[in-house]
This record gives sequence, structure tokens and C-alpha cells, in this order.
Amino acid sequence: MDKVTTITGAACPIDQSNVNTDQILPARYLKWTRAKGIGKVLFNDLRFDAEGREKLDFPLNNPAWRNAKIVVAARNFGCGSSRESAVYALYDYGIRCVIAPSFGDIFSGNAVQNGLLTAIVSDDEAAEILATLQRTPELSLTVDLEQQTIVCGNRTYNFAIDPVRRARLLNGWDDVALTNSYRARIAAFKARDQADRPWVTPSLD
Amino acid sequence: MSEPRTIIDKLWDAHEIVRRDDGESLLWVDRHYVHEGSFQAFNTLAKRGATVAEPDLTFGMADHYVPTRGARRAIANPEIANMVRQVEDNTAKHGIKLFGLDDPRQGIVHVVGPEQGLTLPGLLVVCGDSHTSSHGALGAYAFGIGASEVAHVLMTQTIWQARPKRMRITVDGTAAPGISGKDIILAIIARIGAAGATGCALEFSGSAIRALSIEGRLTLCNMSIEAGGRCGMVAPDAATFAYIKGRPYAPQGATFDAAVDEWSRLATDQGATFDAEVSLDAKAIAPIVTWGTSPEDALPIDASVPDPAREANADRAKYLREALDYMGIAPGKKLTEIAVDRVFIGSCTNARIEDLRAAAAVFSGRTSRVPGLVSAGSTPVKRQAEEEGLDRIFRDAGLEWGESGCSMCVGINGDLVAPGERCASTTNRNFRGRQGPSARTHLMSPAMVAAAAVSGHLADVRPLLAGRKI
Repeated sequence: MDKVTTITGAACPIDQSNVNTDQILPARYLKWTRAKGIGKVLFNDLRFDAEGREKLDFPLNNPAWRNAKIVVAARNFGCGSSRESAVYALYDYGIRCVIAPSFGDIFSGNAVQNGLLTAIVSDDEAAEILATLQRTPELSLTVDLEQQTIVCGNRTYNFAIDPVRRARLLNGWDDVALTNSYRARIAAFKARDQADRPWVTPSLD
Repeated sequence: MSEPRTIIDKLWDAHEIVRRDDGESLLWVDRHYVHEGSFQAFNTLAKRGATVAEPDLTFGMADHYVPTRGARRAIANPEIANMVRQVEDNTAKHGIKLFGLDDPRQGIVHVVGPEQGLTLPGLLVVCGDSHTSSHGALGAYAFGIGASEVAHVLMTQTIWQARPKRMRITVDGTAAPGISGKDIILAIIARIGAAGATGCALEFSGSAIRALSIEGRLTLCNMSIEAGGRCGMVAPDAATFAYIKGRPYAPQGATFDAAVDEWSRLATDQGATFDAEVSLDAKAIAPIVTWGTSPEDALPIDASVPDPAREANADRAKYLREALDYMGIAPGKKLTEIAVDRVFIGSCTNARIEDLRAAAAVFSGRTSRVPGLVSAGSTPVKRQAEEEGLDRIFRDAGLEWGESGCSMCVGINGDLVAPGERCASTTNRNFRGRQGPSARTHLMSPAMVAAAAVSGHLADVRPLLAGRKI
């Protein structure tokens, strides 16, 4: 996985709370592999009407935000379904960071697995950044993971992120390799556990 | 005497293999359920040339994409057929037991796991589906994970997690007749919000929770995720043990007795503390329906939808306006004046036998004014309902009696609500487009869906139950 340090680019304001993963990637695209170009259908039903025409009022269709690297939203972004394809869609579209007051737990777990930064600011700060972007659409934001800062015009905001997730993004760690370094302890746990809790083993098959 | 611990801590501690200095823990996984959607994870294994660490603790289900109507093997859409074939191929390749399309035990993963005795108290259960929180109803630590984590669990039978905050939701008192687990969980979500439990593991406790059947507790825990919770659970008790005893994969004989001994010690100790506490009075809970596009947009059936013009907070007013606009409901309209176009009874939330009985009690001798589909949570539930004659009641009311699967909850098998149509649904998410592009969903209990069906509009089920056995 690529290491994440700083992200600079256009930031698309999506001034909605509870943007769920069904909105980020409608369920009918879950059959798609990533290779099929899942970024094309990011926010599909918000971006396009039933005939496939762009909905002009959806911010990602605004020329200033079409090539956004950052999304800014209100609370509880990524709630709902556990579909990791929602993260693939954001990432493959070109989004590298989402800024919001809170995130669905499973979504932020999926994000870190794929090098997508989820930066937490307060409700008021999110509202301020959203308003700034609406006033000055062409403004480029810089998100610095090392410093945990967001530079937005002449303001600098601090953001929160779970320290473990931060370290993983900064280092580009692979979970499985890390887990395999504990192989002996896993084997010891399993042996002890099977003796302690024989009822865990399914009784059929 | 050791420190008093919550059930959440006890379950966590029993599965912790490693705790890193940074606070992340590596946990042992007792049960891993996979389904059609797990193909991305199996592709990761194929790419890495990896094998499944514990195929005997891994179980496959065909549920998300299976047809509910017509011959089950005759899937017209080749992409959907391919999804079912992939879970068959991937489980066969790795020696994983599959409850597939032709298996009499087939059904929705969160129905089948408990039903087959695979899900037990004290287990750590994961699945690449957010409603895995359901299994907490039996006293398991159960949560949904993403595709990368599914691949990790397949390869290692472990998962990295940060210890959650602990929230206890206590519901005391006696709920009125006709009030179900669905009404209780919708009341909780309405109170704390769709992000109210973010970062938390939930314990549901109190006399109204104890009084719920296991089916009711499964509904309750199922929607923990809709409050933002990582997982939700109910301490196992005599009802839990009675439910598990004799199920096919459950421990038998002396092993079962020893297990019950252990399970009995899982309950939160006297004096253990939580990071947050919420309490509700069951007596005050009326039948609840959602009116908007988030499960937190929930109100008692005798209420009216909000009026954005009367909302002082500008952001909130904007939210209300957009939600009502999507739902096609005039501001301030009485909920009982909202006409429905169709109904759906099904999903991992509300398609167990008790749910079907509750709906049938309302439908019996009545006709639905709108079309609808009933899809049992599992093939065994479907069979049992047929033995009890419930299918007859649904058919006589004018509804379709389908096969088991996720069906119209998420619509990816092709069971869709048409654009602009309004559906009274026993499912878990009223998100925009969840049941199909531009579909409008109102969430409620099975009895309330039946009330909406026979009334043609959202309706209070309580008068319809007068003089009936429920």
C-alpha cells in the first residue's frame, strides 16, 4: 500500500450528514471487480439521473470539484453497509482524504486498509470548511497527516485520527505481514483455547 | 476478587491473543461467515496464493443474490448467476461448508447462523456484512467487516481491533401488546441518532430486553449498526440456552452442559462500569415508523412528519426539507395519512418465524390493498411457516410468498421497489435508493407492515389486533 503523508488538491464539499455507503456506491455495482473501473460509478445515483445525465446540483459535477482529491462532509460519513467497494470507488475516482466530524466505524476501517485518510474535525469546523469551499470553490486544501493539520485558505485546522490508523497510513503497513509475525502466539492461543473451550468446535461435519 | 467486568470486556478478553503497545489487539475469530459478496476477499487469497487458515470455523451462505421467485437455479441475469457460482466455487476450493442454493438449510446468514446452532454465546463472530451485529443476541461478540478484513480472517483466523467504548442501553418496564423488538430498536435509534453509538460496543439490558424472545433480540442487535454501534449484545440467559439446545451444530450432552456453565458467567458483573449509559421506558414506546432517509428519522405512528419551516436550526431545516422531498411527503403530514404502494416482509432484521406469525396475525381474514412480497429469512423458516399455514394467510391476503434471501432489502437479486414507489418494509435501511433507484422506504415491524398493507396507508396496528391472539 502507498504511504500517505500530505494531500493537496481541490476539495469537494458534500454538505450532508449520514452519507451512507449505499449513496457512495449503489448496491447494484457490488458485482463489479475493481478492474472494471469502479471510480466511474462513485456517488452514481447522486451524480447522474436515470438517463445517465449529470445532475448539475451535485457538487462533484461542478467543474471546480470534478478532479477533487478531498471530500468534505457533515457527520457520520460512510455509515451503513460494510461494502469496501465504497472505499474503492472513492479512491479510484481520485479521492485520497475525506474530512468529516464522524465516520461509520466499518468505513473508516476499510479506508485505512486502502490508503484513504479519514480526518475528523468538529461539527463547527466541518461547517466552516464547507462554507469556505462553497464561497471559494477553486481553493486547494492541504491535509498533512504527520502534523494532523488541514490548511484551508488562511485557516489551519487540526484534525483527529486514531493513532494506529495514522501510523498505518504513514507507513503503508500490510496487516497480514504484521499478523504473520505473531504466528507462534496465535498457534499457542489456539491450542490453549481448544482445550479450554471445547464447545466452540462445531459439532456437525 | 477481580475487577467487575462488563460482558463486552469478558468477551474481548477471552479472544485477545496479542495487545500491542499502541492499543490494537489481535483477536481470535470463532466463526467466520462468508457469502456471495466475499468474492473480493477470495480474489485477494488467489492473488497471494494463500489458503484458508481454519476452513472448519468458516461457513458459506448464498443469500444476497439468490432469487426469491421462480426456479432457484434459473437465474436469468448472468452477472447475478455468476455471483452465486463464485461463492460455490470459492467455498468448494477451500473446503468450506456452504449452505447453498440447493441446501434445505439455506437462508440469510444472520438467520441461518443462530438457527443451525453455529452462533453461540461467548463466540467472536465476523462476516463481511454490517448486520453481523445480529448474532450478539445470543451473547456473542459479533461485528461486520470489510473485504480486506475478510481476506485477513480467511488467511489467519484473527482480526486486529481497537478496544471499543462500552455503552449500556437499558430498557425497563413492560412493553404494550403489539410492541416488538423492532419498535424498541427504532425508538433507541431515534433517541441517540444514527451516529449515537459510533465507536461503541452496545449491551442491551433491562426487563423489557429480557422479556424479548431470541427472535426479538436478534432484531434488536441487528440494527445496532444503524445507531453506529460496532456490535450489540444481550447477555445469554435461560431463554438463550433453551433456544440453542438441540440445534444441529450446537454442543451436545455434557459439552453443552459445561458450555451453559460458562455462558452463565458472561453477564455483566454487578458494579461494572460503562463509558456511556442510556435508558428508555418500555411503557412509553408506541409502534414506530420511519418517515425519512435515515433510520434515525423515526417517530411514533400517531405523530406527524416534521415541518422544516418550524425548525429553528438552518442545517436541520435543510436536512428535513431534503429528506421529505426525496420521500415525497408534504411537511407536517400525519404519518397515518401516508399511502403506501407496496409492502415487503423479509430480511435479516425481521423474517424469522415469530416475525411471520406477527404479520399473519394481522393479515388473517383480511386483504392487502397493495401488492407485496414475503420472503422468509431461511428455507427452514419458510417450511415451518407453511406447516403452520402462514403462507396461506399471506397468499389469501394477496401477497407473494417467495423463497428465502436478502431480496428486497437491498435489491441486488433483482427484487426492487420501482422508482418513486413507497414501500412499507420490515428491513433495516431507509436510505435513498436502498430498495431500488428513487425507491421510498418506511421501516417498521412486521405487524406494522401488515397494518399498512390492509389499510393502504401507514397505520397503527394496535386497533387491528383487538380480539386477536398475538
